[in-house]
Amino acid sequence: MNRSRLIAIVFLGVVTLASVFANILAPAPYAQQFRDIPNAACSHQHPLGTDDLGRDRLSRLLYGTRVSLLLAPAAALVSSILAAFIGGTAGFAGGWVENLVMSATDLFLSLPWLFLLITIRALLPLNVAPLTSVMITFALLGCLGWAGAARVVCSDTRRLNHSDFMLQARASGSSGVRLMVHHLLPNLRPVLFAQFWISIPVFILSETNLSILGLGVSEPLPSWGSLLRELESFSMLSARPWQFASLILLVATVSCFHVAMQKEEA
Amino acid sequence: MIFNRSHLLIVALVLSAGTSWAASSTDGSELHFCIGAQPKTFNPLLVDDDASETVRYLTGGVLLRLDRNSQKLLPELATAWTVNRSGDAITFTLRENVRFSDGTPFSAEDVAYTIERLMDPSLHSPTGDAFRSSQGKVVTKITGKNRVTVAFPAPIVGLDRLFDQVAMMSALSPQKEMAVLGPYYLAENKAGAYLLLKRNPNYWKYDQTGRQLPYIDRVRLDVQQNRDIEALRLARGEIDFINSMNTESFEALKAKAPQTVLDAGVGLDSEQMWFNQVATAPLPDYKKAWFTSTNFRRAISSAIHRDDLVRVVFKGHAQPAVSFISPANKFWFDQKLHSHAFDFGEAMRALNQDGFQLQNGALRDRTGHPVEFSIITNAGNKDREHMATMIQQDLAALGIHLNVVTLDFPSLIERITRSFNYEACLLGLVNDDLDPNTQMNIWLSSADNHQWNPNQKTPATPWEAEIDRLMREQASTLDPRKRKQDVDRVQEIVWEQQPFIYLVNKNALSAVSPNLHNTHPAVLRPQVYWNIDQLTLGNEVATNH
Repeated sequence: MNRSRLIAIVFLGVVTLASVFANILAPAPYAQQFRDIPNAACSHQHPLGTDDLGRDRLSRLLYGTRVSLLLAPAAALVSSILAAFIGGTAGFAGGWVENLVMSATDLFLSLPWLFLLITIRALLPLNVAPLTSVMITFALLGCLGWAGAARVVCSDTRRLNHSDFMLQARASGSSGVRLMVHHLLPNLRPVLFAQFWISIPVFILSETNLSILGLGVSEPLPSWGSLLRELESFSMLSARPWQFASLILLVATVSCFHVAMQKEEA
Repeated sequence: MIFNRSHLLIVALVLSAGTSWAASSTDGSELHFCIGAQPKTFNPLLVDDDASETVRYLTGGVLLRLDRNSQKLLPELATAWTVNRSGDAITFTLRENVRFSDGTPFSAEDVAYTIERLMDPSLHSPTGDAFRSSQGKVVTKITGKNRVTVAFPAPIVGLDRLFDQVAMMSALSPQKEMAVLGPYYLAENKAGAYLLLKRNPNYWKYDQTGRQLPYIDRVRLDVQQNRDIEALRLARGEIDFINSMNTESFEALKAKAPQTVLDAGVGLDSEQMWFNQVATAPLPDYKKAWFTSTNFRRAISSAIHRDDLVRVVFKGHAQPAVSFISPANKFWFDQKLHSHAFDFGEAMRALNQDGFQLQNGALRDRTGHPVEFSIITNAGNKDREHMATMIQQDLAALGIHLNVVTLDFPSLIERITRSFNYEACLLGLVNDDLDPNTQMNIWLSSADNHQWNPNQKTPATPWEAEIDRLMREQASTLDPRKRKQDVDRVQEIVWEQQPFIYLVNKNALSAVSPNLHNTHPAVLRPQVYWNIDQLTLGNEVATNH
């Protein structure tokens, strides 16, 4: 394991642990508004200051990290399972099934997903708790993010389907589900893992984009996206550089994901 | 290669033609500013949103125009007008030789056609609601080539001022509502991106030197929801003014360029929330019972720290709201009323009267349902999102669980005007005029913009019936004292019943680039560009342009 990969994994581990233990590390509840000190500078009581409504910024960063960092892998898992099922089936069946499924995948890829996401989100019930809302958002991301991965899985399945060990398995009498589960799936594992790891930073950034538009995680629950909305007021930032903490953490985490998954991609 | 003189002349001519073509395609002044959303309509009679109102103001030709600075009526397409003694008819003398932007002549028939469309019940024109003082037919009579009389079934006070909002439409033009009489016409519309308005070649107005107005050739309206980006663009010089600013952008710009910003004090606009009281709304019956309860609405109102909203969200550039008339409107505001102060005890008392009980930190109604509801507001408006979040914490103290939902604007409008699939909403009200008569489209129970329960066939509650009666009465009496009494009573009913829970009245904040001249920002909308045909850009001087 090279040094940069080790550092990346350690960094991700520390960030994950900090978010998991946010309730211990956070100086204040993430939703509590200290209305007498909105936009306060860094202090002993509020190490990263307070936001526009007087909420402790460090607490929100820790809880926001928990939301983004734990739910993005869940969404990546959903999309990887869908990609495995759809892409794997198409590649294994071949012929017109593959053509049909891949055409549908192409169509799916050509959809303006951001608008689709906004539309679907607008149709959802309004009266849901913030946590449920964020889970729905990530579930949607997972359900909509399978198409790219499905193409890769389909291509790999097609290659494996014509490999010698598959021919031998068929000659030995294996077919259908047995062939898929016992012979194909174990060999697809590396590509599925790679797709899973690649998807995580993509979903983190997708949620961030949605939240920046004000359409992501509901108040008062924080996420990286909602924290990054503060950076919209760029003119105010020069006086408060500590507001960049959320951006730095996001960039560092996404970068570390890319460094840490180098082996999987290889 | 050898060139003789004639060849050189041809080359010079070609170059010159090329240069002049390039110049003509890029020349001309262009005013840039932003609108918050894509206009919902280009039909001037159906305007009920800010963006459409902007387009109507810039393109629509009106018979009379209210000078936003002096607040006096000025002749426009009508050179003279008289309101009869009983106040139920107005006669206009029309300007001659006026043409629509497509060249169609303007005549008395166009006025008659516009009034007919305006008062057509099937059109549901929000502008027309202000003219509906009582039941009956509106009659338009053409009494001469350039004279037309509009007679209403009952007197309407401030009748002439209402025509400031009525953009004339052509009865004959094949372009229908796209043929306009204002200073600009709509040349290009890239939905969701921008609108380009070009100078109306047939605009009737000229300056003292005989130059046709407006001075600025084009107006580009960029659709920009994000107010921070709008402020950033002003600071960069990409846009020429911001008509109305949010506090955050104002403060940021003030720090950077204090000479560009202006706080004109408390304005006419308000921010308010309301509960969905539509009987057919797809909500559980127990929630409908909450929302239609006066005690419930009062309790919510008493639980909100309005002073905190002013201080934290608006940085002091606002004041707690009292009623639908802002304290800035000195004549019509009911001085006896004061804003609902935070009073936790009063809130709990009101809830207890309706059988609500606090159990283990959660409020429950008399049937045991926990009190939880959602409030929708438009995504991208940080002030509203912040207000909703602060109200969320305020209501948590009562044991109420409030879910804040931000929606893109079209989805929000769909919910509050068509599907009625929402529980509470937080939005602002834009006031265009000081006269409460212009709010008929909100207060009449039959009106489209009676947001908590619009388009009622008969008033759902006795107090709404009373508001209907008072608003109609004030709209049809000529006695200013009687009108004031009626409007005060309406304010008192609204203060007691709280169909709208008024939160704050925002200060009128704007910013103008030093590049834009002849601006005289006013409290009335449109604050900065009300004299659009007089504005000039850069070194251009209006009088010798």
